[in-house]
Amino acid sequence: MALLQIAEPGESAVPHEHKLAAGIDLGTTNSLVAAVRSGVAETLPDEEGRHLLPSVVRYTPEGVVVGEAARAAAAEDPHNTIASVKRLIGRGVEDLKTLGDRLPYEFVDTDSVVPRIKTVAGPVSAVEVSAEILKVLATRAEKTLGGPLTGVVITVPAYFDDAQRQATKDAAKLAGLHVFRLLNEPTAAAVAYGLDREAEGVHAVYDLGGGTFDVSILRLNKGVFEVMATGGDSALGGDDFDRAIAEWVMQQAGIGNEASPNLLRSLMDKARTAKEALAQRDAVEIEVALPDGRHWQGQLDRATMNRLIEPLIRKTISACRRTLRDAGVRPEEIEDVVMVGGSTRTLRVRELVGEFFATEPLVDIDPDKVVAIGAALQADVLAGNKPEDEMLLLDVIPLSLGIETMGGLVEKIIPRNTTIPVARAQEFTTFKDGQTAMAIHVVQGERELVADNRSLARFELRGIPPMVAGAARIRVTFSVDADGLLHVEAEELSQGVKASVEVKPSYGLTDEEIAGMLESSIEHAGEDMAARRLTEQRVEAARVVEALQSALAGDADELLDAAERRIVEQALQDLQQTAENATDSETIKRAIEQLEKSCEFYVERRMNSNIRKAMAGHKVDEFE
Amino acid sequence: MAITLSDAAAERIRKFLDGRGSGVGVRLGVKTSGCSGMAYVLEFVDELNDDDAVMEDKGVKIIVDEKSLVYLDGTELDYGKEGLNEGFKFNNPNVKDECGCGESFTV
Repeated sequence: MALLQIAEPGESAVPHEHKLAAGIDLGTTNSLVAAVRSGVAETLPDEEGRHLLPSVVRYTPEGVVVGEAARAAAAEDPHNTIASVKRLIGRGVEDLKTLGDRLPYEFVDTDSVVPRIKTVAGPVSAVEVSAEILKVLATRAEKTLGGPLTGVVITVPAYFDDAQRQATKDAAKLAGLHVFRLLNEPTAAAVAYGLDREAEGVHAVYDLGGGTFDVSILRLNKGVFEVMATGGDSALGGDDFDRAIAEWVMQQAGIGNEASPNLLRSLMDKARTAKEALAQRDAVEIEVALPDGRHWQGQLDRATMNRLIEPLIRKTISACRRTLRDAGVRPEEIEDVVMVGGSTRTLRVRELVGEFFATEPLVDIDPDKVVAIGAALQADVLAGNKPEDEMLLLDVIPLSLGIETMGGLVEKIIPRNTTIPVARAQEFTTFKDGQTAMAIHVVQGERELVADNRSLARFELRGIPPMVAGAARIRVTFSVDADGLLHVEAEELSQGVKASVEVKPSYGLTDEEIAGMLESSIEHAGEDMAARRLTEQRVEAARVVEALQSALAGDADELLDAAERRIVEQALQDLQQTAENATDSETIKRAIEQLEKSCEFYVERRMNSNIRKAMAGHKVDEFE
Repeated sequence: MAITLSDAAAERIRKFLDGRGSGVGVRLGVKTSGCSGMAYVLEFVDELNDDDAVMEDKGVKIIVDEKSLVYLDGTELDYGKEGLNEGFKFNNPNVKDECGCGESFTV
């Protein structure tokens, strides 16, 4: 006899056609799977009652081991045991070089852009490792729900770029799962609290994990959830709290920085235990075995811990402030603050967050499970188990998308924090007479110069009909789909020739790099603007030179005598030299004006001659 | 005519109704579909229909339409576990034959 669940009114499934769905929180350290049963979304435990699946995969000659058993073997078999694979997914060989020193794995030398880790079971990619984790979670869900899954919702950090999102989808496909959609982690958390069922309002999601901090501002408007802005600090988390406490203990116990790694690790463990205990009690005893055999014993009270970690929490509050500014929202406009991540159990975090947003943060749902629960609710809707209109969740792109224009400048087509799905088009033109091809270079980032941003893709539009510079009209369309994947198309409008590119997971950016790119765009805003102006003036000078040269080649013999011609050519040379050597835009601008003045007579003469040519054979009144 | 709930089933339904935040009770019913004739219906109830009979057992309202009641009379709804899977079970004395999966039956 099959076991049944209670369905929504009128939504009872036909036998054998249950629309089973699950939400998966594919985490760096731990992963979870959740599902809605009889109207209740819960994370699903394994046979031993464990909800969290450590995101660790071990390859052995006998097969693949995932989870607790794999994690336990990490120390004895580090090369074949892969942890934190989420940091590698969607990353290219180049990106890994920057992470390389910290990774215990051996990578296979290959021409492929996708890096592969050497294991006893052969080389494996991050996508394959992630697929193993997904398979275990999906199997658990299918056993629990009593049938095959029709689809899943997988959560990803709001910061994940195109490559990382695509790679996550590929992993699901490899695990044999149909992905209804990828959902940003903060959005999932808000859904778990049912904020989507309220009429409208602005909410914040404060996600403080072990090693990362993310904050997102969400707006609900006419039943549509929209992520207005995301921000955070990719190198700040509960581990830093532990470190601050451990350092205090070292100071108190007179342990120097030369302490052995084993002692440091044990100090970190004790710090963590103390921190967790102080969420319940006012003070805890800490005992440390010193290298010289003595024991140090001391007491840490909550007030002292708060003093130690407060600067760290303040940093998260600063990030909240910046993100609110990005969203154009004041703290008091935030209605609810959803707390995500184990580190939000620390009472001082809740207090300071509540103070800043002037509202009591939402902490009822286990902060480790809240993302998976939200994903499960969304999966249930997408599977078609809800009579209500499908809720539509919108996300934002984390970094601006644009193309390279003359002189290595970036023209932003979609600014960062634009909600997706989105399509934006802009028209560009040719720079040279008779230009028949255009190189489109797609870049991502906030800086003004291409060199300072990240290159996503390059392609060429060919077959532009030859025209004078500036006459061709080329429309470049950027579209980002609901999963955050980018499609770029260039079209020449008179003939309709087209070229396009899909951004593929060839390489990715680390959270650190994204945060770094955002920071540097603020830091360098002034000099970037100056650099942009300088380059713009250089491009303008080159355009003037180009136009003048092409004019000279056409009609100089007819309109200028030798002396006049020398004046024009000298002016041309002066401008070329100034444009090349000048370090500020004003100098070039003045040189262009100078050239225009000294060549005014020539321009005038050309205009008159052109008008004469055009009017030849016509009566004056035909032009009225 | 009566339909009853096991203790486990009653407790679960109360919990699920609580979690859902709305709903007057749970509907038990049958509909004609499935591989061997009839299939069970188990749904939350927000509004009653004209032909609904309302019973109560262990503090839970059980709603059954008149037609279904004929097929379900004497049924006890139970809640149990089979490995990781858990859910509700109809212990229906009227059933003569079930399909292999147990999701549909004949009387």
